Amino acid sequence: MAKEYLTIREIVGPLVLVEEVSGATYDELVELELPDGEIRRGKVLEVDEDKALVQLFEGSSGVDVFGSRVRFLGKGIELSVSMDLLGRVFDGLGRPIDGGPRILPEKRLDINGTPINPYARDYPSEFIQTGISAIDGLNTLVRGQKLPIFSGAGLPHPQIAAQIARQAKVLGEEEEFAVVFGAMGITFEESDYFISDFRRTGAIDRAALFINLADDPAIERLATPRMAFTAAEYLAFDKGMHVLVILSDMTNYCEALREVSAARKEVPGRRGYPGYLYTDLASMYERAGRIKGRQGSITLMTILTMPEDDKTHPIPDLTGYITEGQIILSRQIHKKGIYPPIDVLPSLSRLKDKGIGEGKTREDHSDVFNQLFAAYARGKEAQELAVILGEAALSETDKLFFTFADRFELEYVQQGEDEDRTIAETLNLGWSLLRMLPAAELKRIRPEFIEKYLKEDAH
Amino acid sequence: MKEGRIIKVSGPLVVALGMDEAKMYNVVRVGEKKLIGEVIELRGDRASIQVYEETGGLGPGEPVFDTGEPLSVELGPGLIQSIYDGIQRPLDMIRKKVGDHITRGIDIPALDRKKKWKFGPSIKEGNKVSPGDIIGTVQETSVVVHKIMVPPGIDGVVEEVKEGEFTIEETIAEIKTDSGIREIKMLQRWPVRRERPCREKLPPCIPLITGQRIIDAFFPVAKGGTACVPGPFGSGKTVILHQFAKWSDAEIVIYVGCGERGNEMTDVLMEFPELDDPRTGEKLIKRTVLIANTSNMPVAAREASIYTGITIAEYFRDMGYSVALMADSTSRWAEALREISGRLEEMPGEEGYPAYLPTRAAQFYERAGRVKCLGGNNREGALSVLGAVSPPGGDLSDPVVQATLKVVQVFWSLEDWLAYERHFPAINWLNSYSLYIDNLREYFRKEAGEDWAEMRREAMAILQKEAELKEIARLVGVDALSVEDRLTLETAKSIREDFLHQNAFHEVDTYTSFAKQYRMLKVIRLFHSQAEEALQRGVDFKELTSLPVREEIARARYITEDKLETFDAVEQKIAAQMKEVKGASVSA
Ligand SMILES: Nc1ncnc2c1ncn2[C@@H]1O[C@H](COP(=O)(O)OP(=O)(O)O)[C@@H](O)[C@H]1O
Ligand SMILES: [Mg+2]
Repeated sequence: MAKEYLTIREIVGPLVLVEEVSGATYDELVELELPDGEIRRGKVLEVDEDKALVQLFEGSSGVDVFGSRVRFLGKGIELSVSMDLLGRVFDGLGRPIDGGPRILPEKRLDINGTPINPYARDYPSEFIQTGISAIDGLNTLVRGQKLPIFSGAGLPHPQIAAQIARQAKVLGEEEEFAVVFGAMGITFEESDYFISDFRRTGAIDRAALFINLADDPAIERLATPRMAFTAAEYLAFDKGMHVLVILSDMTNYCEALREVSAARKEVPGRRGYPGYLYTDLASMYERAGRIKGRQGSITLMTILTMPEDDKTHPIPDLTGYITEGQIILSRQIHKKGIYPPIDVLPSLSRLKDKGIGEGKTREDHSDVFNQLFAAYARGKEAQELAVILGEAALSETDKLFFTFADRFELEYVQQGEDEDRTIAETLNLGWSLLRMLPAAELKRIRPEFIEKYLKEDAH
Repeated sequence: MKEGRIIKVSGPLVVALGMDEAKMYNVVRVGEKKLIGEVIELRGDRASIQVYEETGGLGPGEPVFDTGEPLSVELGPGLIQSIYDGIQRPLDMIRKKVGDHITRGIDIPALDRKKKWKFGPSIKEGNKVSPGDIIGTVQETSVVVHKIMVPPGIDGVVEEVKEGEFTIEETIAEIKTDSGIREIKMLQRWPVRRERPCREKLPPCIPLITGQRIIDAFFPVAKGGTACVPGPFGSGKTVILHQFAKWSDAEIVIYVGCGERGNEMTDVLMEFPELDDPRTGEKLIKRTVLIANTSNMPVAAREASIYTGITIAEYFRDMGYSVALMADSTSRWAEALREISGRLEEMPGEEGYPAYLPTRAAQFYERAGRVKCLGGNNREGALSVLGAVSPPGGDLSDPVVQATLKVVQVFWSLEDWLAYERHFPAINWLNSYSLYIDNLREYFRKEAGEDWAEMRREAMAILQKEAELKEIARLVGVDALSVEDRLTLETAKSIREDFLHQNAFHEVDTYTSFAKQYRMLKVIRLFHSQAEEALQRGVDFKELTSLPVREEIARARYITEDKLETFDAVEQKIAAQMKEVKGASVSA
């Protein structure tokens, strides 16, 4: 039985300082028992001689200095895992909230995990077809990749994430697939959207959901993504499943971290976020990937809303430094009524090069992709120029690119929420748009592909 | 040895009492788990220790043992082709021992103790030797001859030297010094935070040829020089450093993944054993040492990783090799420094970085250089250092960028707008610079020809002019410009798209020899000067710019290295086609 302490000295925000403690250790799990018997959990942030600074996961409202008991449990915070995780809904700290029974654990895992040895990683290279052209054709996702969606308030990122979760498949394979969904501070509506979508498509049976809503304690969010990763690691690396982890909205997570940092009076970094935000996010996101000799994989799609749509805000900025690319949604494109409003120019998949081409997608993929990009960029440039000088000032070729850019957005980027395009459809669509340009302008495509694909009208 | 006691644990920082015998930067073993740490501050008997492993579960009262030695690396045969974490623990062996995830308290030596190496002596009994002298060699890989040197501090006469197969811990020579007989082994150690000595530093004067056109032709780095690549995420820092590791003509490559992605190290690990070095024809991995302390690995070891890397690099430099070290990313190193500094409650400077950040950055880059090595035979070594910097939002006023720019001589400015246009490498040709141009002038004159400097200057002037003309064109439209100016715009575009743009993932385009770079730029220049002349004779601008040979100039990048004579044909075609339009204009 762990020793109990009645020696809380102060409570500041989510932090509790306990004195006259012996044997407390860094990062260990703490239980706080309120006078009415309610249990709150926390972890040790710092031990200094006989003082332990504890960060609560469930907020400090109702905690009092005199009546609450503190127990140090001598282990980290854990999640009970078994295959029964699938089909279940949990709160942000891993407790069932769907009325179902507790998980009978096959084992209990520390939610912090341990770093994958870089030597043990296998390079992600299997093409995932999402059925969305702007992703498959231009920002190709591969199994084991971490690709975030940089969104903004009110943009349709839930729809896109749900569409990906629904449609994602690896061609020519029937393998065990699971979704782990972690919600941090999102609205009931958004969360409900996901859950109903999973229900509608039957995906719920192979999904585990960890839900912390906007009105749940903010501080609890700090554990939620780690719960999700722990479940995902178990399913992927113990059980050989291909797991898609969707985390929404990481901005809320980062704000909770900032809150703790401020309560500790740490030297703030940019815009008040702690200097270790990068490391904190990276130590979670790097849990995604593939491991040599193991069957499963963790593919990560984190969603974050950019404060003021600003890509240089520390949250998207640090995320982009960690993830293997980014899908950026544009309010401007959204306003044109285009779904999905993916801004392809600043979007990027860093792992696409090893996931596309002959035997994976199609031999012409890389060239078509380069050409579409270049042409769209040029079209956008022409459109900007036209704003300044008037359309009449454009050369004939630039006018073609101008129209190309419009058609590209309307025909290639735009598609239905339930429209699941094959990679061949996406590539052919690209060719059909490129046909409106003079062949001499298609400098980024090898002549043999021009020969083979451009002239064929019947695709 | 005296034992200390932990009184405080705060993330990677541990404070212990009873440490009055410890010295600064000594390695200590922390707690019952014997985690590895380093003393970074001493006040009386109170030591602050940065711990290189996760500290969860550690608490006051646990013991701290002083090893009495500063943080050091092991040097000797077996370094090449290794992959280490930030404090030189072999990641491949760690995986063998504990599995796919890195656990704590692992103690595996950096170099294999059992492996026998064939040692051939190059000195004889009775020879006088001093530090740095080569006593013999080991063929470490098919391309690297590992030279065993007399360690610093040993001066005397060779008493005995052996030949044959030895482990790195066996004695291979005995040297009689004033203070008695000293045994020499292949295994040596060196503290990472101390620069290895050399005889003297020399000014760099030979370029490190990288096969990357914008770098070699416009902003070259010298062998023994320093360079930095700042840029926002996705602008191509890592690809550039990978290209350097792959194609630069250094003899030894040390690649430090410092707080960045695990998959990027995997990429190197999977690719390098497959790729051929264009110079030796051997696999690239055979000249490479990898240090991987990825972003999910402990922060303090990230701080140490660049020192571990550079000490190994200096060791090979001392053998007389040209060594190149890449660090991706030095910003993560600086952040590690900031984190520890914050926990020490030091007075924060700009953006919370400690005030000594610029000093530390300078100390690191100053370890680069072209040197005359210690020891006989007058050998020269070079250590080039290239660092990626990852400023928040790509903002160059970032303290790490500023601290770096103060010391490095080459600045490749990566910009996101170029990356969005998929113009790679996304190096801005207008504000990047190399301060080695003067040092390298003589080399280029000899190797590339008398006209190289002029060609380079002209090309850069055209790009500069383009920027000005574009401003004007924005206001008045391109058609309002004179035909001469419009030709300048066309040529600038050709320089950008046909020369500077280079696809790292295209099998031919990924590497361009200097000879080919010269020819590529030369055909662009030839076209420009002939077109200028043609314009003067009244040839129609449109006709000039639609000459079919331009297509060939654009595709010149795909000419393979064994077919450089193809350029003769392109040059002839330029002349011939120009003649034809000239003819047309005369008859019109
Ligand atoms: N020279 C290049 N050729 C082709 N693609 C490149 C080149 N440089 C960068 N890229 C593209 O840009 C992406 C991001 O580059 P990377 O070096 O990872 O950026 P950073 O390290 O600056 O974040 C790469 O995945 C690749 O798609
Ligand atoms: Mg990078």
